[in-house]
Amino acid sequence: MRHHLFEWKEGLLISLAAIRANKARSILTMLGIVIGICSVALMATAINGIDKAFVNGISALGANNLYIDKWAWFTDDDFFLMRNRKNVTLDQYERFAKLAKLPLAMAPTILTMHKVLRGENYIEGTLMTGTTDGYVRTTNFNFARGRFFSALESSGARNVAVLGSEVAVHLFEKQDPLSQEVKIDGIPFRVVGVLEKQGSNMLGNFNPDNQVYIPIGTVFKYFRRNRDTVTIVVRARSTELTEATKEEAIGMMRRVRGLLYDEKDDFSVNTQEGLTTEYNKVVGVIKLVGLFITGLSLLVGAIGIMNIMFVSVKERTKEIGIRKAIGAKRRTIMGQFLTEAAVICLMGGLVGLLLAVALSMVINKFLPTSVQMNTIVLAISISLLTGIVSGLAPAWTAAKMDPVEALRYE
Amino acid sequence: MNIINLENISRVYQVGSEEVHALDDVSLKIDRNEYVAIMGPSGSGKSTLMNLLGCLDTPTSGKYELKGTDVSDMSDNELAEVRNREIGFVFQTFNLLPRATSFHNVELPLIYAGVSAAERREKAEQALASVGLKERMLHKPNELSGGQRQRVAVARALVVGPSIILADEPTGNLDSKTGEDIMALFHEIYSKGNTIILVTHEEYIANHAKRVIRLLDGRIESDKPVANRTIPNRGS
Repeated sequence: MRHHLFEWKEGLLISLAAIRANKARSILTMLGIVIGICSVALMATAINGIDKAFVNGISALGANNLYIDKWAWFTDDDFFLMRNRKNVTLDQYERFAKLAKLPLAMAPTILTMHKVLRGENYIEGTLMTGTTDGYVRTTNFNFARGRFFSALESSGARNVAVLGSEVAVHLFEKQDPLSQEVKIDGIPFRVVGVLEKQGSNMLGNFNPDNQVYIPIGTVFKYFRRNRDTVTIVVRARSTELTEATKEEAIGMMRRVRGLLYDEKDDFSVNTQEGLTTEYNKVVGVIKLVGLFITGLSLLVGAIGIMNIMFVSVKERTKEIGIRKAIGAKRRTIMGQFLTEAAVICLMGGLVGLLLAVALSMVINKFLPTSVQMNTIVLAISISLLTGIVSGLAPAWTAAKMDPVEALRYE
Repeated sequence: MNIINLENISRVYQVGSEEVHALDDVSLKIDRNEYVAIMGPSGSGKSTLMNLLGCLDTPTSGKYELKGTDVSDMSDNELAEVRNREIGFVFQTFNLLPRATSFHNVELPLIYAGVSAAERREKAEQALASVGLKERMLHKPNELSGGQRQRVAVARALVVGPSIILADEPTGNLDSKTGEDIMALFHEIYSKGNTIILVTHEEYIANHAKRVIRLLDGRIESDKPVANRTIPNRGS
């Protein structure tokens, strides 16, 4: 055992000396690994960030929410079957709201898209959620200014609006939007509240930051027909009660929609779990593809190492001959070159990791992310492994050299 | 006791479709504390013989016993161990590691032998002292003269206390004065009881030995003791 330790230490010293003796070459070779490890680490970090953003986004929507809808969000069921379902109407919501006892809060919602204008500034196709005053209790919204619209404003179908933070900034820039007027498709609305930034880019237009909230009655008054289908948002009192709340909701909706006991549900109760499953399906593929592509850059780096190790072995043929003549075994020579490849890769890996940490601080401005401990461990083990794998063939070439031939080499 | 016993050794090289008999049925015995010179013109097989004796190569047929152990069929790794323990090489071109200090060059065989750092230091210093280079321990080969480099190589050959010192044209790259110094060093090593095998094509170098084996076309042409100990100088 002691034996091996001496040999290995000798190997380590030799590789450091060899790297020092060929500085430019070693650094250029290392660069391949630096780039490879940096991109793998950044990809892993970005994936962590996307996951985190998604979880944040979900919780901004409200974690224990159910969505009663004509449509099943995530299903392999036939679209045409669901199309023949009857709409979920506002009337049905009102009857449902009287029957359901378990929910913490509930509200009907309908989505619509319109141009929002204020003076010179406008946004085309802004997503509007038409809903009632109860909606705010199904969310985790905080208000930067003002409040959500009131029960009176809601039931009176008044022209009032609550702006998402991005919408407010875009329309009003640095001014205070409260009690100001905005025009939605030319119709004047008074701003009663502005949301605090919810801070998730994952949900795109569904991000509350990019939305406008107006009373559902107002939507029907100006933009939609009365029989259009709505989505009922139901918030359970706790995660534990989500399942019971869902059961109750299904039962009550069946009553409201007058279904017989042997008829199938003609509506769907969607949960965020479905969203998470769907997310994992889609993003899982993106993750794999992303890691694969960044892995390719690491492969290029590894090929560079292999190439330079072959050169190094060739150049040091004489040295290998000398070492063999005075008693170095195959294992010793092999270990020496493997150590050299591993040291180059490890150095490259560490530099790449440092670079990734620096870059992730920049990325952090767009995605809530930082280089995780497991990414660091992963990057270091990958670089070590890369060194060993790419050093294997050159080291073996060196190890099995004939000492007579090697000594004769000039 | 015979330290080296070669029985009917042949070494055949395949060069293209042709077979070259570098050594042809050579038998040879060398005793402990002999001082042998192997001579012959180029192509006579003396390099092949030297490689076989040094366990750098194995014979095509025949038997080679080193200290009573048959080494003719050993694997690469076994041969490496035998070289490490039993053989000290001194080459014409010194063959020191250029980036390593004298000390490290001399220490290297001990590293491969698994000797502890403290013991390595002691032995390597001792070996360097015995060739008169203790104060040059931390110099690298390019900071030493040819003669000094060869002394370091001799120290490296001696450090593990091998059974044989194998010297291949040890003075070939040195001027005659330095060459004589090295030969004097070999004589000193020999007189301490070591076995030395010297491969050379120079008569006056071979005359330092006690026995001269002449090779021709892969066979032993003559094998006799050196009669005349008056050493003629080069050019005389």
